[in-house]
Amino acid sequence: MTSVFDDAGNNIACTVIEAGPCVITQVKTSDSNDGYDAVQLGYGEAKEKRTSNALLSHFANAKTTPKRKVVEFRDFDFAALTAEGEKALGSVIEVNEVFAEGDVVSVIGTSKGKGFQGVVKRHGFKGVNDATHGQHNRQRAPGSIGAASYPAKVFKGMRMAGRMGGDRVKMQGLEVIRIFPEKNLLLVKGAIPGHKGGFIIIEK
Amino acid sequence: MDAIKYIQEQVSKEQNYPDFRPGDNVVISYKIVEGAKERIQAYRGDVIQINSLGATKTFTVRKISNGVGVERIFPFASPAIVELKVLKRGKVRRAKLYYLRDLVGKKARIKEKKRAMVVKS
Repeated sequence: MTSVFDDAGNNIACTVIEAGPCVITQVKTSDSNDGYDAVQLGYGEAKEKRTSNALLSHFANAKTTPKRKVVEFRDFDFAALTAEGEKALGSVIEVNEVFAEGDVVSVIGTSKGKGFQGVVKRHGFKGVNDATHGQHNRQRAPGSIGAASYPAKVFKGMRMAGRMGGDRVKMQGLEVIRIFPEKNLLLVKGAIPGHKGGFIIIEK
Repeated sequence: MDAIKYIQEQVSKEQNYPDFRPGDNVVISYKIVEGAKERIQAYRGDVIQINSLGATKTFTVRKISNGVGVERIFPFASPAIVELKVLKRGKVRRAKLYYLRDLVGKKARIKEKKRAMVVKS
């Protein structure tokens, strides 16, 4: 993350995203056996010896090199891209072809792993508020998890302590502050899920 | 990291502040927008810290106003800073002068540094 001043002089915290170049690796259409419309994009270079034979020929069909990440987009405005120029298998999509400054996007990523966390951090419980009045060791305790002989069990989905983070998280309503097409960089207002260098999906 | 540096180079404005350090007494001319009007306010005090690097680099200026300690944080990259002047060089032994917060009156002063100024010819 970094920060940038806008024209009004406000200091805006923002995240730098390298968004592309993405390569079209597959096009699915509802007319064919696929049964639905989608575009598959590949991003990042992968080592050839680390790529399975099945994927190698998949990339070879798209006339491109092996990619690290392959993601399918269902509502991709493929028509708009094909209208401008011939966009087919193996062709490269740059950031400025999809995004413009001022766009509102949502970002999907995997949140940072937090490990085994208690109920206060994980579910926002308040704990026991009192430190006095006979309370001891209970400031971050979950409290009751149910009644007694009826129902005589703890209901499924009861919020308790456990592994936190590492989930798929979608951040919505992030504004694109600036685009640097020469390096395929996006400057997005606010924070996004995940650690530095993590892979994300940007939706418009 | 490389990408962040690149963006900072593209976005950040030219900074031509005089060299200053924690302990220096500075006066900052700061642009203030009041409705449609814009005016420039001077803020004078001692620099008590310089924090962070790159586009998020800031410095904190402390002054005593009507007996109350006031601290203000300025980003180096702020477009609202019109001018920064160094009035006195302070003689201090640390980079963060947080101890000044606990001192009042005569003890809260910073000794002036006697040193030869380097003048570019």
